[in-house]
Amino acid sequence: MSVIVNHLSKIYGTQKAVDSISFEAVPGKILGFLGPNGAGKSTTMKILTCFIPQSSGDASVCGFDVIKDSLSVRKNIGYLPESNPLYTDMYVKEYLNFIAGMHKMGKETKLRIEEMIDKTGLVREQHKKISQLSKGYRQRVGLAQAMLHNPKVLILDEPTTGLDPNQLVEIRALIKQLGKEKTVILSTHIMQEVEAVCDRIVIINKGILVANEDTKVLQSKKEGTLGFKVEFDKAVNQNQLKGIRGILQASNLQGNTWLLSTDSKSDARTEIFQFAVQNQLVLLSISKEEQSLETIFRQLTSN
Amino acid sequence: MYIILKKEIAVFLNSLIAYITIGVFLIVMGLFLWIFPDTNLLDYGYASLDSLFNIAPWVFMLLIPAITMRFFSEEKKAGTIELLATRPITDLQIIMGKYFAGVLLVLFALIPTIIYYITIYQLGSTVGNIDTGSVIGSYIGLLLLGSAFVAVGVFASSLSDNQIVSFVIAIFLCFFCYAGFESISSLQLFGKIDNFLVQLGINAHYLSISRGVLDTRDVVYFLSFISLFIVLTKTVLESRKW
Repeated sequence: MSVIVNHLSKIYGTQKAVDSISFEAVPGKILGFLGPNGAGKSTTMKILTCFIPQSSGDASVCGFDVIKDSLSVRKNIGYLPESNPLYTDMYVKEYLNFIAGMHKMGKETKLRIEEMIDKTGLVREQHKKISQLSKGYRQRVGLAQAMLHNPKVLILDEPTTGLDPNQLVEIRALIKQLGKEKTVILSTHIMQEVEAVCDRIVIINKGILVANEDTKVLQSKKEGTLGFKVEFDKAVNQNQLKGIRGILQASNLQGNTWLLSTDSKSDARTEIFQFAVQNQLVLLSISKEEQSLETIFRQLTSN
Repeated sequence: MYIILKKEIAVFLNSLIAYITIGVFLIVMGLFLWIFPDTNLLDYGYASLDSLFNIAPWVFMLLIPAITMRFFSEEKKAGTIELLATRPITDLQIIMGKYFAGVLLVLFALIPTIIYYITIYQLGSTVGNIDTGSVIGSYIGLLLLGSAFVAVGVFASSLSDNQIVSFVIAIFLCFFCYAGFESISSLQLFGKIDNFLVQLGINAHYLSISRGVLDTRDVVYFLSFISLFIVLTKTVLESRKW
């Protein structure tokens, strides 16, 4: 176990930002840390990185307590803060050198910097000033500094904000690759990202832990309905649609496009097609609606 | 600590901060010493650097806060303090790194003024007719005074994420510590404590060292003064943990 959080609480004044949460993160698995805005994700990450102390409970990283062995914890952690603060008047390499210096990396510094620049795709921008870089590239510099000293634990607070779709894919692949040997905790709002990258999911809402499961377990937990998005060429009556066998609900999305939901087991596409034929309708499109983690996330965090 | 010191010096040299501060200091000192009528050495007619050492504290009072104001204010504003604080270095190392960067800059500003000493040395009616011991003492005093002002400035910059606020607080504190205690004591309100108040101020100890006598009491005073403000800065930085 490289990150253990045990009944951790943080109180700001009278507000409980984090309320007695417990979870563990292990090497080789990427832990997705989810929650709506202000749920306490960043606060938890700040506690784990020894920036602020908890009010009660305890947390340890690689066996070191975040309060008692703060320096050892910080040695073993790579951290990308949420707002990705950088010294904008430094050059990319100068900045990475500075970070390496704080970790006392010594001789390997130069090689590691080259390697990180290469891995994060900064080769073309490496001689620029950070202030000249676009948001996506700054984010890469942030990632590079987090991984520079080859930490055992990576804590990434919304690592993919500001990246374009191509960069997104690259960086996710990079994180996934890192997650094979390291312990990675990443927070995000993007559900597709969680499904694509994370092996385990922790969801907190208003400081309270509401889910702590493997991604697959959580995905299979969803109960209820399966949806089909169907488009006809002509107007259809709602009651007619409800008459199709297996269809529990029909709701109009827009024009002649309907969302038909069934219980999760039966695939009603054959019935829908036959219905169209019988009523001399042309089926312009039919697609299965992914009722993904997003639904689960909303169920768990809305109240 | 060294890496922070290196970074701060690099920031000074890469931006215009160092050049402008040192340049302004030298220009102002040059003007007062050689050109402005009331303080100029040539009219004064004595081979001494007293006016340099009388004016320098006041110039430092304005310039040192200007170089120290960004130390923590900027880090707080940009959020980069989070980058530093989550690295395997202690808060004290961060503070000392920045503090010594400030002291080094003060030292860089002082070194060129040695040329004034050489000039006066040569201009004396018999060459070398200048109290060298007093000049050396004054330089040490001025460096200690500058170091004390840097400590005050570092503390002030930890108080706010707004550089202007830090700047103004630093100027006020420097002024108060330099001349404030003495001025209060001259009101003669507190009887016997008045003398103690004078001793609390920087000026009394600065003058004492300037005479060319390096008294341990004065050195201890400056070191304690600096330590006090470093500890205060550390306390303020750690207040995020309260």
